[in-house]
Amino acid sequence: MRLLFAALGALLVAFVAWPLLTTVLASSPAVLWETLLDEEVRGSILLTFYASLLATAAAFLCGVPLAYLLARTSFRGKWLVQGLLDVPVVVPHSAAGIALLMVFGRRALVGQAFDLVGVKFVSALPGIIVAMLFVSLSFLVNAARVAFEAVDRRLERVARTLGASPWQSFLRVSLPLAWRGILSGMILMWARGLSEFGAVVILAYHPMVAPVLLYERFESYGLAYARPVAALMILITLGAFAALRVTAGRNRRTG
Amino acid sequence: MKSTPGGLQVVGLAADIGEFRLRDIDLGVAAGEYFVVLGPTGAGKTVLLEAIAGHFPLRQGAIAVDGEEVAGLPPEYRSIGFVYQDYALFPHLTVGGNIAFGLKLRKVGAAEADRRVRQMAGLLGIEDLLERQPDTLSGGEQQRVALARALAIEPRLLLLDEPLSALDPETREEVRRELARLHSELGTTTIHVTHDFEEAVALADRIAVMQDGRLVQVGAPDEVFRKPASEFVARFVGVRNVFRGAVCHTGEGEKTIEVDGTSIAAVTDLLGPSHVSIRPEDIVISTQPIASSARNCLGGRVVGLVDAGPVFYVTVSVPPDFVCLVTRASVGELGLEEGRRVYLSFKASAVHVF
Repeated sequence: MRLLFAALGALLVAFVAWPLLTTVLASSPAVLWETLLDEEVRGSILLTFYASLLATAAAFLCGVPLAYLLARTSFRGKWLVQGLLDVPVVVPHSAAGIALLMVFGRRALVGQAFDLVGVKFVSALPGIIVAMLFVSLSFLVNAARVAFEAVDRRLERVARTLGASPWQSFLRVSLPLAWRGILSGMILMWARGLSEFGAVVILAYHPMVAPVLLYERFESYGLAYARPVAALMILITLGAFAALRVTAGRNRRTG
Repeated sequence: MKSTPGGLQVVGLAADIGEFRLRDIDLGVAAGEYFVVLGPTGAGKTVLLEAIAGHFPLRQGAIAVDGEEVAGLPPEYRSIGFVYQDYALFPHLTVGGNIAFGLKLRKVGAAEADRRVRQMAGLLGIEDLLERQPDTLSGGEQQRVALARALAIEPRLLLLDEPLSALDPETREEVRRELARLHSELGTTTIHVTHDFEEAVALADRIAVMQDGRLVQVGAPDEVFRKPASEFVARFVGVRNVFRGAVCHTGEGEKTIEVDGTSIAAVTDLLGPSHVSIRPEDIVISTQPIASSARNCLGGRVVGLVDAGPVFYVTVSVPPDFVCLVTRASVGELGLEEGRRVYLSFKASAVHVF
C-alpha cells in the first residue's frame, strides 16, 4: 500500500517540481544576470517587493490587534468576521480587483476622497498596495490568530497578578511568544503579495509589478523573453519560502 | 464591609465563568493562615482562585485583602501571588527573568531586583538554575521557580492552584514539605486548592470543602473528617480518623506513632512529625481486650453514637477520639452506649502515615 501511495505522491511532487526546475534551468546564469541588469525588470521587481512590504506592514498594524481579539475574545458575529477575512482567498482575484475598483476607482467615493489629498489608486502604487493587501491579508491574520491562540492564557493571567497592565502583559508575554508565528505569517503574506497578478492588473497595469511585466513580455515578445523573468521570480519566491520554513521550524522547536 | 486587619475576607461572592458558577462564597482567611480548599475536579476551585485574583468580573460580592476592598481592582493592583498547577512559567524568559518579572514591572532598580531574585532563589534552593530556560527543568524545579516568582513581589496573599498535582509522588512529598517550611518562614497568608485529602491535612490550618461552586463546610481538618456536614462531604473526603503525631522507632522494623500520649503501631518509612489516618471500618470494637493478630488494642470510653441507617458511627475517646463503623446489630449485641468501656483493635497495616 505504501509503495502505491508513494508512487502516486511522487507523481504530484514531480508535477510541481518539473516545470519549476525546467524554467529555472532553461535560462543560463548569464542570461539571468543580464535580465537582472535590465532596468525595467529590476525596477519592477523592486516595486513588487516594496509594494508587498507596505501591504504587509499595513496588515501587521491592523491585523495583529484583530488577530489577538479573535484569539482571546468571543463576540457576536465573530464567525462572520473570521469567514469574511478568508473570502479574498477564494474569490477570483480579477473579481477582487473589480471590487476594489468599485471602491477606490476615480469615480468611487473613497477614491474621490483620497483624490482630494492627492492620493490616486488607479495606475499608481497605492492601487498595487490595496490589491496585494486585499488578497493576502488573511494569511497574516490567520497565522497571528493561531500564534496567539497557542499562548496559554494563564501566562497572561500570571503576568497580571505580577503587576502587568493589559498592555504590559501583551507586549511582554503574548507578543514575544506569538512573534515567530506572526513573522512567518508576514513572510507568507509578503510572498503571496509578490505573486499577485489578477487583482493588481485591474487596478494598476502601470507601474508594472513583476507578474504584470512577465505577462506583458510573454504577450508582446513570446516565451523566450518571458522565461528569464519567470525564472527570476520563481527563485525569489523560493527564497522567501525557505526563509519561512526556517522561522516556522524554529517556532516549532521553541514553541 | 468590615475591615479586618490582615488576611482575606470574601463576602457573598457570586460569579459566572464559562460553565462554572460560584455562589454564596463566604470566606474568611486570617492573616498568616494556611487555608486549603478541598473539592473534586469541576467543583470550581480554580475559578474561585481566579476570581479572587481578579481575572473575572463578579456578579456580586466583596473581596477584601488586608482590609482593603479589591473587588473593583484589576489584578495588577491586588498584590496577590498566583501559582498554577502546571507552573505557567514564561517560556521565553530564563529562570532569573521569570523571578524578576514582577520586580521589573515595579521599577525596582537593577541591583535591588538582582538581590531580591537571589534571595528568593536562595530561599527555594534554586540558585544554580537562574540562567536556565524553564523547559529544561524538572517539575519540582519548575514549581519552585513559580513559587519564587510569586513570592518575589511580596504578595499580601498567595494563591496556589493544585500546586502538587502535576508532580510525581516523591517530588510531591518534597515540595509539600517545602510549602510548609516556606509558610512557617514567611507567614504569607495562603489559599491552596486541591482534591487530595492528605495534602489538605498535612498543610492546612483550616479546610473548606467545595461542591458545585459553593463552600459546603469550613473547619479544622480533623473536624471536617470526623464530622462531615453533609453526605457529599462524607463521601468525598470519607469519614476518617486523622491525627497529628510523631513517628518513632521501637525495636526492629517496628514503628509507633505517638498521638495524644497513645502509642499506635504502624508500618511506615517516615520518621518524626507526621499525620496518621485510620478508616472507621478498619477498627473492631469489643467489650473485652481480644487476642488477635491486630497490633493495636486500645481501651477507651464511648462518647457518641451517630445513627446512619444500617450502621452507626461510634466515637470512642482513648484519647484521641476514634470514630468506628459498627453495624446496627453489633451495637445491640455489644450493648454500646455512651460511657461504656470498650476496646478498639486494628492492624498496624491499617494505619496510614503521611
